[in-house]
Amino acid sequence: MKVLIPGGLRSYTERSSVEVQGATLGAALAELDRLYPGIRFRIIDEQDRIRRHIRIFVNGAQARDLALSLRQSDEVVIVQALSGG
Amino acid sequence: MAGKKSKTASRKTQAVPRAKSARNVVLLAATRKGAWLFSGDAARRTWRADGPHFLGHVVSHLVLDPRDGRTLLAAAKTGHLGPTVFRSTDKGRSWKEAVRPPAFAKAAAGEPGRAVDHTFWLTPGHRDEPGVWYAGTSPQGLFRSGDGGVSWDPFSPVNDDANYRKWMGTAQDGTPDGPKLHSIIFDPRDSAHLYFAMSGGGVHESMDGGRSFRPILQGLDVVEGFDRADPSFHDPHCVRLCPSNPDRLYQQNHCGIYRMDLPAREWVRIGKSMPKRVGDIGFPLVVHPRDDNTAWVFPMDGTTVWPRTSPEGKPAVYGTRNGGKTWRRLDAGLPAKQAWWTVKRQAMTADARDPVGLYFGTTSGELWMGRDEGRRWSCIARHLPEIYAVETAEFA
Repeated sequence: MKVLIPGGLRSYTERSSVEVQGATLGAALAELDRLYPGIRFRIIDEQDRIRRHIRIFVNGAQARDLALSLRQSDEVVIVQALSGG
Repeated sequence: MAGKKSKTASRKTQAVPRAKSARNVVLLAATRKGAWLFSGDAARRTWRADGPHFLGHVVSHLVLDPRDGRTLLAAAKTGHLGPTVFRSTDKGRSWKEAVRPPAFAKAAAGEPGRAVDHTFWLTPGHRDEPGVWYAGTSPQGLFRSGDGGVSWDPFSPVNDDANYRKWMGTAQDGTPDGPKLHSIIFDPRDSAHLYFAMSGGGVHESMDGGRSFRPILQGLDVVEGFDRADPSFHDPHCVRLCPSNPDRLYQQNHCGIYRMDLPAREWVRIGKSMPKRVGDIGFPLVVHPRDDNTAWVFPMDGTTVWPRTSPEGKPAVYGTRNGGKTWRRLDAGLPAKQAWWTVKRQAMTADARDPVGLYFGTTSGELWMGRDEGRRWSCIARHLPEIYAVETAEFA
């Protein structure tokens, strides 16, 4: 599936979108981290929670659970939410 | 982890070599928006800026490993992204991210788990333990790396000990942007003899390489109305061990300036001899590399609502040459009035030259040098982001 990468994480991927596989959101992010080591911890904490200023959308709907099932045709968008100052 | 004693271990005062070095002093400035390296010339008169590194990252600490003179570690995060540690083995020319940054253990199902918001403090380990580093985090946690900062693990039982969990409090307790574990110190004579401090939770000592710690509270004041026997109510801001006498520690605390001389585990308040109109509240404290009677502080306004500015808008360093019996104001060259910045706990340091150079970075983004042990101050850089930490380095 296609994963859109925000600007703050392109130092890992060096591109704005990447292709990964995974039956769940958690599996897709694990695959993303395998391809780009370190990227997952910047968006998911050690308790498997999506970080406070990160949002993840699947086909336009906000995803809140890493157990969310995915299909290979889905589009995942990782967004840096508001964090000013 | 069993600590190992230095082959030259001794409980006596150590002779620290006087500093005659061909290596120039480099200042490592960590700021709210990135990091800068300022390389001084041999006379420490002109400084060349190298940066920003990690532009946009909140960098809490940037530290050189003095054991190899080339490895730098930077504790960083951004407003959006989780925390990490960057590592350079070529004096900052290139950086690589830690493979496993400091992170708490995964909580059991149904239990609330802690997540590191930022790594706040970095300490390179003992010279007999190459590759060992320690890190303190917010929320408060103690971590160790055995491979030069590439991978990190929770260190010692304190992160999960029931008493320590109670004393640490939660992310909501303590310092406005989260309670910090800081001032991780080891005895240069004995790598098993460790200290750390918590901005909410007191100063703690281990004699067994971190397998156990105990608080050192005797002699310390707490805010009126609270129980001084409870570590939760103790707020050390900065603790330093004297390199020339590892039995002597100084502490700048929420309630004053203190000194402790082993074997007594009792803090003595030495800040009462500060001028009353200035007081003895502040964050940073620096010790002389070769004289255990000399230390410097940067007082701030800790009255009423805690403005955390220079008292009366007149910044000054205060230095003692007699272990805290008397203090001298050192403000030549600093703004005489209407300067409302202050200096954070990691943002003041000293080099090891003779005479010692003092340095501090301000909340307004200025980097200052106190030549001749603070007698004359001059500004090295202006217009930087808010400065969180300043360390000195000498590259190999």
